[in-house]
Amino acid sequence: MSNLSKEESFLFGHDTIQYIQHAAATGLYDIRGLGAKRHLPSFDDLLFLAGSASRYPLEGYREKCTTTTVLGTRFAKKPIELKIPITIAGMSFGSLSANVKEALGAAATELGTSTTTGDGGMTPEERASSKTLVYQCLPSRYGFNPDDVRRADAIELVIGQGAKPGGGGMLLGQKITARVAKMRTLPAGVDQRSACRHPDWTGPDDLTIKVQELRELTDWQIPIYIKIGATRVFNDVKLAVHAGADVVVVDGMQGGTAATQKVFIEHVGVPTLVAVQQAVAALEEMNMKDKVQLIVSGGIRSGADVAKALALGADAVSIGQGVLFALGCNSSTWVNHEGQHVNASEEYAKLGTMPGFCHHCHTGKCPVGVTTQDEILEQRLIPEVGARRVKNYFKTLNMELTTIARACGKSNVHHLEREDLVALTVESAAMARLPLAGTNWIPGYTAI
Amino acid sequence: MDNLARKKESGDKTILFDLSQTTVREMNQFLHHDLEKEKLGSVKITHPDGAHNIAVGLDAPVNVDIEGHAGYFCAGMNKQAHVTIHGNVGWSVAENIMSGLVRVKGFASESAAASGHGGTVIIERDASLRCGISMKGVDIVVGGSVGNFSAFMAQAGHLVICGDAGDGLGDSIYEAVIYVRGKIKSLGADAQIESMTDDDHRILKDLLARAGFGYEPKEFKKVASARGLYHWNADANQEY
Ligand code: SF4
Repeated sequence: MSNLSKEESFLFGHDTIQYIQHAAATGLYDIRGLGAKRHLPSFDDLLFLAGSASRYPLEGYREKCTTTTVLGTRFAKKPIELKIPITIAGMSFGSLSANVKEALGAAATELGTSTTTGDGGMTPEERASSKTLVYQCLPSRYGFNPDDVRRADAIELVIGQGAKPGGGGMLLGQKITARVAKMRTLPAGVDQRSACRHPDWTGPDDLTIKVQELRELTDWQIPIYIKIGATRVFNDVKLAVHAGADVVVVDGMQGGTAATQKVFIEHVGVPTLVAVQQAVAALEEMNMKDKVQLIVSGGIRSGADVAKALALGADAVSIGQGVLFALGCNSSTWVNHEGQHVNASEEYAKLGTMPGFCHHCHTGKCPVGVTTQDEILEQRLIPEVGARRVKNYFKTLNMELTTIARACGKSNVHHLEREDLVALTVESAAMARLPLAGTNWIPGYTAI
Repeated sequence: MDNLARKKESGDKTILFDLSQTTVREMNQFLHHDLEKEKLGSVKITHPDGAHNIAVGLDAPVNVDIEGHAGYFCAGMNKQAHVTIHGNVGWSVAENIMSGLVRVKGFASESAAASGHGGTVIIERDASLRCGISMKGVDIVVGGSVGNFSAFMAQAGHLVICGDAGDGLGDSIYEAVIYVRGKIKSLGADAQIESMTDDDHRILKDLLARAGFGYEPKEFKKVASARGLYHWNADANQEY
């Protein structure tokens, strides 16, 4: 037996030593895609208390459970009505290929839900394939134009993103093809920085006037969302409501990105669990719950996550990374026109990674054709195949959601409530303001 | 519509809106939908009194005269229309303009022509901070001086400054070009003075003529991107 000591330092563990030595060798910080990889309190730390003797469940397969979701009832003349409370989050053309944008539009249309543009503007493919399309107004204003505003079904004024609240965007030069460059009015091949502040307004009072400008442009017809990256959620939601939002979107720190500094992804913002609780508290304090709708995003994966978000008070959720995984992100294969699965391990290896561990969206060399502008690689995602997979994924989430709702005795998923939930850990109980399972104790809120 | 405080001026194609009697919302909706229907060629707006969002989202070949001071976002996202403000304007006049022309007879507050994609914006007096921020193809001519951080992250188009420029001019500029007649307090990251070419003289002459300013192109210096920040570079020591 070796007498070598293998005691690893907790503070300076193997990963930390590697990080320091990489920084020392290159003088660079890491940029990567997707979301936080560290452990964070999450919806996994909550459990449902389904019906039993004291509550009456509904029959799982037969009794109706409504999922219809209406967004934008406050001021818009034409609120959005969705068949399910699960929407597709904003992801840019540029980070995603045109094929993917088309696939997402087609999937959302078949599901009766909405999809969302991203930084870089609206593509004709996306508009044509999406029945309900939310058009983002971002600080960069790349490709932003009034014709697309008028073509949109809702506007989402983006103040921040959960993966990088307070940070701008970055699209590295290798993803800037001639088409992407033209849409963004920039030379092809340059690294594109998206600003972190809007160019035409700064504080909350200006924001109010900006919202009015968008309403004037659209004759007060369509809903206006305000999206914030989760940090000081309680105050930010109040300001968004004060500014006149029809819908507030709160993106927790588990949300994804196409390319951001790792230090940002892992160390800035608050978890989605905290975000939803604070957002609902703000709406309730303003007496605006159910008048202004709340969409929650940031690491939503399963029907259980959707159900928990709704029970905590959200009206809908928005999914980005889950959609990418459904399309084949981190899968070992891609699907060709003959329906055969083709191995992509070699391309993962070229990126220095393997299926299950990839976060290399920023490189533009996505092995499965999802986050790329490369003419050859983008063929690996066939729009019909992508649309079918996203549709299946969302259908599964919706069935899981209604299964839980029925078990809790609800004939409408929007009737799920906080009383249906308990927390598994002291942290999650405090953050979600729910009783710790088996107790009446909400840490920081009620006495033990 | 009949209860809008508006009236057609006799015999011609002008319509008058009195904003002490009509809301901005009613007026904008008319301008969006009824101008062409009623074959109107010009619009006069009285008593703007600093109201926000006047003449936002126009998309018609019409002349609009605003007789007084306007608030934020005046003529925002304009297409085709020629809008003249006979007074001062608040923040973000002609923001995201696509085409047409917006002329401010007085002073403009912050972020004038922010993110403008096309068309022309003329400010006859001074413009405040961040004039032309994030501009994407608009041509801006300022008769007076501009505040700090003008043309920040400017991507395309021209900014002509007949007076002086504040600190950080053209910070992180991409392909837009700035012409300055007066003093520049400081240049922003990656902005540099370049020599004027024949093309610059021609472009500038045309812009000055369109604005109605009698200066000579040779009085101006040119500021453009050194293109040193086009690719992420750790050695730049965060000078982005
Ligand atoms: S497989 Fe593609 S989409 Fe997924 S993390 Fe890797 S590069 Fe990004």
